[in-house]
Amino acid sequence: MRVSWKWLNELVEIKMSPEELADKITMSGVEVGNIEYLKKDIKGVLVGLIKEIIPHPQADKLCICRVDIGEDMLEIVTGATNVEPGQKVPVAVCGALLAGGKRIEETKLRGIVSEGMLCSPGEMGIEDNEMLPEQEDGIYILPQEVEVGCDIAAALGWDDIVLELELTPNRADCLGMNNVAREVAALTGGALKMATVAESKEGGECGKLAAVDILDTELCSRYVARVVKNIKSAPSPLWLQQRLTASGIRPINNIVDVTNYVMMETGQPLHAFDYDTLKENRIIVRRAVEGEELVTLDGQKRVMTAEMLVIADAERAVALAGVMGGLETEITDKTVNILLEAAAFKGSNIRRTSHALGLRSEASLRFEKGIEVEQLSSVADRAVELLVELGAGEAVEGNVDCYPVKQERRPIELRLARINGLLGTKIAEEKVDGILSALRITTLNKEDGKWQVIPPSYRCDLVAEVDLIEEVARLYGYDKIPTTLPCGETTQGSKSKEQLVRRDISRIMLAAGMYDIINYSFINPRNFDMMRLSEGHHLRKAVLLKNPLSEEQKAMRTTLLPGLLDTIRKNLHKQNKNLRFSEIGKVYLPGTDSLPEEKWVLGAAVTGKREKTWLESEKGYDFYYLKGILENLLAGLGITCQVYRPVKELSWLHPNRGALVMLNGREVGYIGEVHPEVMDNYSLEQRTIVMEIEIGLLVEEAAKSMRYQPIAKYPAVVRDLALLVPETAEAAEVARIITEAGGKLLHSIGLFDLYQGKQVKEGYKSLAFSLTWQAEDKTLTDEEVNVLHENILLALSKAFGASIRKA
Amino acid sequence: MREELKMLKEKAENELRQCSFVGELQDLRIKYMGKKGELTKILRGMGQLSAEERPAIGKLANEIRDSLEEGFNRFSEELKARELIFRMEKEKIDVTLPGSVHETGRRHPLNLVFDRIEEIFQGMGYRVEEGPEIELDYYNFEALNIPKDHPARDMQDSFYITSEVLLRSQTSPVQARTMEKMRPQVPIKIIAPGKVYRRDDDATHSPMFHQVEGLVVDKNIRFSDLKGTLLSFAREMFGKDRLIRLRPSFFPFTEPSAEVDISCIICGGKGCRTCSYTGWLEILGSGMVHPNVLRMSGYDPEEVSGFAFGMGVERIAMLKYGLDDLRLLFENDVRLLSQF
Repeated sequence: MRVSWKWLNELVEIKMSPEELADKITMSGVEVGNIEYLKKDIKGVLVGLIKEIIPHPQADKLCICRVDIGEDMLEIVTGATNVEPGQKVPVAVCGALLAGGKRIEETKLRGIVSEGMLCSPGEMGIEDNEMLPEQEDGIYILPQEVEVGCDIAAALGWDDIVLELELTPNRADCLGMNNVAREVAALTGGALKMATVAESKEGGECGKLAAVDILDTELCSRYVARVVKNIKSAPSPLWLQQRLTASGIRPINNIVDVTNYVMMETGQPLHAFDYDTLKENRIIVRRAVEGEELVTLDGQKRVMTAEMLVIADAERAVALAGVMGGLETEITDKTVNILLEAAAFKGSNIRRTSHALGLRSEASLRFEKGIEVEQLSSVADRAVELLVELGAGEAVEGNVDCYPVKQERRPIELRLARINGLLGTKIAEEKVDGILSALRITTLNKEDGKWQVIPPSYRCDLVAEVDLIEEVARLYGYDKIPTTLPCGETTQGSKSKEQLVRRDISRIMLAAGMYDIINYSFINPRNFDMMRLSEGHHLRKAVLLKNPLSEEQKAMRTTLLPGLLDTIRKNLHKQNKNLRFSEIGKVYLPGTDSLPEEKWVLGAAVTGKREKTWLESEKGYDFYYLKGILENLLAGLGITCQVYRPVKELSWLHPNRGALVMLNGREVGYIGEVHPEVMDNYSLEQRTIVMEIEIGLLVEEAAKSMRYQPIAKYPAVVRDLALLVPETAEAAEVARIITEAGGKLLHSIGLFDLYQGKQVKEGYKSLAFSLTWQAEDKTLTDEEVNVLHENILLALSKAFGASIRKA
Repeated sequence: MREELKMLKEKAENELRQCSFVGELQDLRIKYMGKKGELTKILRGMGQLSAEERPAIGKLANEIRDSLEEGFNRFSEELKARELIFRMEKEKIDVTLPGSVHETGRRHPLNLVFDRIEEIFQGMGYRVEEGPEIELDYYNFEALNIPKDHPARDMQDSFYITSEVLLRSQTSPVQARTMEKMRPQVPIKIIAPGKVYRRDDDATHSPMFHQVEGLVVDKNIRFSDLKGTLLSFAREMFGKDRLIRLRPSFFPFTEPSAEVDISCIICGGKGCRTCSYTGWLEILGSGMVHPNVLRMSGYDPEEVSGFAFGMGVERIAMLKYGLDDLRLLFENDVRLLSQF
């Protein structure tokens, strides 16, 4: 809502600066988002009167205007074709500053000195919506009422200031200047200066000329009509135009302007029909017939549904109630009489209609948020009064007021103890009383600290006790409310098991050198193709948004992979070559319940290398690098039972460089190198290793409580075992057999060498393990360990034909 | 023999002085004093001496042995010290060379803020609750006193899956879910961190962003408790000199409602570019839980009351770390991430 400072000052006494007032009303709940000083960057443009126009001796398309600017007479050369003697025009004198910082100096045009310039609207920075349609072309012709020699800023009202209110939905009352003035009065104690409107009586002449029937009283609770005859359409006076432009509304002509002006003043939208085009001079408020058509003011043919409310005459729909008028009953140059409508339509219905048709206006906005039903007849009277005042027509005495069920406001109970109980204050009774009366809330009675109060009819938002408590609090001042802490039963701050595991995972990943990232939850469904997912793959079954901002954000991710690869791609593109990313986030899987399933997943991706330094050689971020991080993570969570099972079926992984991660026989995720084609699809020029682990499945394992294992009292025996095994043998399988054959004395096993080459026979590889043997109750002898090693070799040779590698 | 001894002493002392390593000295000691050493050899010849000569020579021999012994020891200490200095000299390294590289991870700035907020509120006795991001219209709106076709729905434009299911546009549905789960028990003291979604994408809006919701429901919870709680939070989060300011506002699920500002963390309230020269920064919305919300979730507003608040994590991160572009937070550029 744009509030003109000048206008506001006419409605309420203000004894402070715009900035001070803005601060005051902001701090009491009506936020002033901006204070705009209108057009202050134009200087040296005066109102001039064209006395005489003489042709330019050297140019057909130019002429010379002799212009009176009050103290001086200037000769100005112009090429404009819309100027005539007797017109008042804006004159930029030498030294003037125009829009965009353009400076005007004395210039010679084809041999004649021009002592200034006549200005077009554009040159003064006037936008189309700030002037009459007929002023758009050529020099800006001013109305005769402006004074010659006067500064253009004052003449056109550019010395006004606009307070832009950012209204919350509950304060729709402030969509009318009168109510803004009332709010200011309540806050500052300033006296209200609004003029009273002479009220018309129901019936009279008007009652004979028009009839109103409301067929749907749920959607239209009241309809007031007045008639104005002998219409004379003309531009509105300047003051009215200025009020409208300051309010952000374009002036058109006196009839339209008055309906808009009164709407800005009262908050109540009005509509004017060409009375003589209304069949039988009737207004019928009803729902549209399904499929019924109406050509609206903008020339569009609208097909309506039975949900929509229309204004009809005896034969057809003539307006979409509260949203837009019809073209056939529009005010035109030929209009002689008008019917003015001031009505109350149901907000939710207007909202649905305007959303459905994509038609939102100042009027529909006000209906949606709720209007003051009580003031309808006085609003209609005010509009008629103004039309008459402007000489735009003659009032027809009386009105038609169709108000089937008068809405009475029921009193609200307000308990003084409740105010202070809920706020934690000790506000005295007198203070509360003062606040209520400043807000024009009527107190009916005050028995036992239980007051019965009725809010003013324009405050539709005050419906319950708690609303009144807020009113008391905001006028009392939030800053005066004390600061305390809740003093009830003590509570334990806590996190769930899963939240704690997530916290631990993020800490371990961080310690392992990973960069924590956050990607959007929505992805482009194209990613499923880029991942080479087969048709019908379960990851393709994503939750889709009905109204995404773009195709790129259409699907809720079923995997973190696209986000990870995209992050890698973007960084590679910016010359960030060595990347280690992890993300803890949700994936969203359509389920059978009313809501999809949301699962927490840990994703990670690495590419590049640790660069060589003077001290250490470079180290590539390869499969084993990321696997090490995963092993470290699981160890950190106290999980020891993982198994990596080679997998060829994950379409986004290299078929021979990927593994499923298994915990106790259950698949919890995967790790592997990105498939070359997928790399291409994501424009990755570096091999990239990725993994995804479902966190929920780790939680169970991680939650197993940690138990202390006694530290061995006797020394351990460490023995190396270099084996020759077929190259197809998996290291994990070899280790498993060693562990099994070693029995419980085998404390730990580590692989310290893998060799394949000249010194090993074809088709074989050498694996060297370091075995640590440990007994709880004694020091193991060499002989005992020898026997154990024999057992191991026997088992290995049975399984693989493995043998000891001779040096 | 006396002469022999004297010469031996002289010779040994000479050779001793020429030693430059502890090892040489050791050899020398063995050469003279060892079992087969020269002094020992001479002493072995003492048997052939007369009884008169024997005590005097014996005494002399002992003196020489003691003196050599002492010389060896002293010189050995000296050499050891010299050798140590020499070795350390040789072991000199350039301590200005960079150390071995340890790859360090970085926490995303938004998660740093989440961590801190959770820590502060956990310390104040709040449980961390979470709810679904794909949410029922009922919890996202209706249970929060925002019926269908209510103009307050315009405050945010949401992403829909079906007419009844949407991406939650706020963390507030966790309020309703928690109350439904807990009723009729009090106290409830929770915070709900998480992702939220709105149909906005420009320099100051991201279609996905993060919030932390807070909810306290108990007997006799007052607006002043909300104020005190938020003041404690602001001081923990932004420094102990922070002031807070509450402005009346509107949220459908709270009444009275308040926007909360903190004194500017850059200028301290004097006015600067960050705070648009107001001295204040808006950081969260809050209020007393609306009686309708309590009722819908199964509590009697005459019996219990509560307060709720919600804050934007991006906003706080941007203020705290001086970030000037929201979109940086979702680009995951390592040049940004490495600064945290």
